[in-house]
Amino acid sequence: MVKPTRVTNRIRALRFAADEMTQADLAERIGVTRQTVIAIEQGRYSPSLEMAFQIARVFGVGLDDAFQFSDETEPEEKK
Amino acid sequence: MSFEEKNTWVFAFISVVGYPVYLVLLFSQLGGRPLAEADYVWPMLGTILGAIVVGILGGIVVGIVTGITAGKDASKADQRDKQIHRFGEQIGNSFIVIGGVGALILCFIAAPHFWIANLLYLCFVLAGILSSVAKLVAYRRGLHQW
Repeated sequence: MVKPTRVTNRIRALRFAADEMTQADLAERIGVTRQTVIAIEQGRYSPSLEMAFQIARVFGVGLDDAFQFSDETEPEEKK
Repeated sequence: MSFEEKNTWVFAFISVVGYPVYLVLLFSQLGGRPLAEADYVWPMLGTILGAIVVGILGGIVVGIVTGITAGKDASKADQRDKQIHRFGEQIGNSFIVIGGVGALILCFIAAPHFWIANLLYLCFVLAGILSSVAKLVAYRRGLHQW
């Protein structure tokens, strides 16, 4: 089925830190639907690099503060 | 649920329901004749045109309902919707290719038009169902490009 992403994010925490910004507000600011913000927060969708930068810029943080890449290897990649 | 996802559900429903409707129309006027001699053109055209009309009406209804419940902007397709659409179409296209190759082979062996048309139609329907299922899985389970 769908391969899980190793990219995680702190968007939910960043929203709460930014005066409890709603998903709808964030969606409007980056020009996507609220469903897409929900999917990104839940790890069901990996945004494009451009969208990732837009999200980070909304919160005034670096890309690394908004998105993280897990070092854990997938079970199938372990030998 | 986004406007595009709702539209995908409508398309999947039409694809699944449309083909049995065609079969009922086809077999109801058969009257004991061999299947290859059946008058398939009007049942097939009627089903295809009907599916197009129902699809357009369904899209309009979904658009109105989404606009009322979630705001005007909710009806727009964003980057994720477009990627999921491309992903689904790519998967569904496999059946279009199978249908095309199958139709070519049937032409080579001079098969009746009935079988050529029906193979193509069946493959279009299967492509529609497969692409819809792929899109719905991507909406529900996720789509990752990184």
